[in-house]
Amino acid sequence: MAIPKIPLAEWIDHFVNFLRDTLEPFFNLISDGIGSFVDLLVWLLTIIPPSILIILFTGIALWVSRWSTAIFTAIGLLLIYNLGYWDGTIDTLALVLTSVIISIVIGIPIGIGISQNDRARNIVTPILDFMQTMPAFVYLIPAILFFGIGVVPGIIASVIFAMPPTIRLSNLGIRQVPEDLIEAANAFGSTTKQKLLKVQLPLAMPTIMAGINQSVMLSLSMVVIASLVGAPGLGADVYRAVTQIKVGVGFEAGFVIVILAIILDRISQNIGIKK
Amino acid sequence: MNDPKIEVRNVSKIFGKSPQQGVKMLNEGMTKKEILEKTGMTVGVNKASFKVYAGEIFVIMGLSGSGKSTLVRMFNRLIDPTSGEVLIDGQDIVKMKPKDLREVRRTKLGMVFQKFALFPHRTVLSNTEYGLEMRGIDKKTQREKAMEALRLVGLEGYENSYPSELSGGMQQRVGLARALANDPDILLMDEAFSALDPLIRKDMQNELLELQEKMEKTIIFITHDLDEALRLGDRIALMRDGSIVQIGTAEEILINPANDYVERFVEDVDLSKVLTAAHVMKRPEKLLAERGPRVALQIMKEVGISSVYIVDKGRKLIGAITAQDAADAVKNGKKIEEVMIRDIQTVSPDTLLTDLLECVATASLPVAVVDEENRLEGIIVRGAVLAALAGDEIQLNGKEVN
Ligand SMILES: Nc1ncnc2c1ncn2[C@@H]1O[C@H](COP(=O)(O)OP(=O)(O)O)[C@@H](O)[C@H]1O
Ligand SMILES: [Mg+2]
Repeated sequence: MAIPKIPLAEWIDHFVNFLRDTLEPFFNLISDGIGSFVDLLVWLLTIIPPSILIILFTGIALWVSRWSTAIFTAIGLLLIYNLGYWDGTIDTLALVLTSVIISIVIGIPIGIGISQNDRARNIVTPILDFMQTMPAFVYLIPAILFFGIGVVPGIIASVIFAMPPTIRLSNLGIRQVPEDLIEAANAFGSTTKQKLLKVQLPLAMPTIMAGINQSVMLSLSMVVIASLVGAPGLGADVYRAVTQIKVGVGFEAGFVIVILAIILDRISQNIGIKK
Repeated sequence: MNDPKIEVRNVSKIFGKSPQQGVKMLNEGMTKKEILEKTGMTVGVNKASFKVYAGEIFVIMGLSGSGKSTLVRMFNRLIDPTSGEVLIDGQDIVKMKPKDLREVRRTKLGMVFQKFALFPHRTVLSNTEYGLEMRGIDKKTQREKAMEALRLVGLEGYENSYPSELSGGMQQRVGLARALANDPDILLMDEAFSALDPLIRKDMQNELLELQEKMEKTIIFITHDLDEALRLGDRIALMRDGSIVQIGTAEEILINPANDYVERFVEDVDLSKVLTAAHVMKRPEKLLAERGPRVALQIMKEVGISSVYIVDKGRKLIGAITAQDAADAVKNGKKIEEVMIRDIQTVSPDTLLTDLLECVATASLPVAVVDEENRLEGIIVRGAVLAALAGDEIQLNGKEVN
């Protein structure tokens, strides 16, 4: 006797369609917001001449990190420029920055929230596991449905995939503040907010930064996938090279992503750790 | 005495699933061990009641796990009591709303922690300012008060250091300054000096006593160390298994341990630093000089001693005579005044045994204990001091103390 197949796919289709129809104005608003923000970033990064941008990034690297990082940044960016991937890099940078900013803006408050309440944490943690273990590819489908084609669904998919570490490590960092410091804060009559702002967050900062660093790397790892729904940038170059079997170009674009990854990693690793 | 500064009434704390049931079991007289076996719940504090008066250093002492930290944390409700009342200046803080509780914590209670609990991301100055900052006091006043507190604990010049750059003793001074900056009436000190090495620890104890002379705070001092309790405590409460088993002055606890537990606790104490001449002296045989050497000899023979002290009509000590000298005087028809020893070693009743040991060892006669008026109160024989140091109670004439 054959048990009929559970129509899981149909159910999900129905659900997604229902959401799209009822929440369309809302999705449009988000889509417009994110779209304009990315455009603004791209515009900003494009009106600044590449030479100045390279100096700027080198300066930032020097400020938050060591000489070696600054030198790597300068050489890396010059190489990218020389190879002709400057525009793609700008697009990718804008995509990554936007995803990370959204991850921070949403993720840190959620992390703080679940650090204060065990029940909330127990609900959120499995959701985060789910978000991270689901093949990132899958997020493209609802993202397209709700947000169409282009950079916005790419960013949405990146955010879903990249945000969990920021939430997790914000929660962890706050919970790791030693109990006796919390006792001291309470003993001197701190309110919950004072305790959070004056003691817990400052002490959790290195851990939160580690979470943000992971989010940066994860969202960078999404750029090729995001290009499948039409997000421009280095990912699109790789994707095109793959479909056209252009080994050299594919390698070049991939190499540029690696350089960008190392620069972003070193910079975001050290922000906030330095006093 | 005036109204108590802090009064603890029948306070209990049960850690576990159904604390109220635990309290019921305590009221039925079950012990910490029985409750743990039956329900798996831990009794932190078992129906503690006592009063602490303004200006007092009240020491809570007990072995690790006896419930000291739990008890002291119920004073500022870092731990909520399961039952009972904690009155501070007559107000029950257990029933207080969070806002009022915060106010009491900010203004009346300062706390110093065993592991210092300094904020590592803040400088010494900014750690000290913490309590004032929470109260929303303006930056300038914050700074002034914090600087004053740092001066008080001898940390001037270290304002801009971070805690990790300081030694343990200095870190705990910051802890103390942080608690003092708010100028609270009450200081809660949970094993504040236990993490420091012995010499630094002694310094800190002395400094605390000095500070206390100036400040006259009410101090609740937790320790597991009897020596520390004896040095600091105006009164000492002894805890065991969450219960308070005895409250009293150092002397009361040492001389009259309430039960075997206290006795075992005080067994190892260095008695020479606690007991005084008054504790070990015996009633003296004394004699008026005009009674003559014959009577002196007679008394010595009767009591079986080899010397006797000579006093005047006002009981003031004037000398001593040995049996040998008395016999010679009788033979040669001399008066007591002519033969008695006038150069006599005397000590006051509150001389510590440590300081007594040397006099007793070198003196040929029993050492005379005299009051400020030079009246003879008692005598100390060598054997009594040694017996007292050996912890032999029979030799302690506790009744004659006071
Ligand atoms: N949060 C807690 N949960 C469960 N049991 C606790 C808790 N805090 C303390 N206890 C228990 O309460 C008892 C008293 O502990 P504590 O007050 O820390 O003792 P002390 O400070 O005298 O060493 C111990 O048996 C300890 O295990
Ligand atoms: Mg303790």
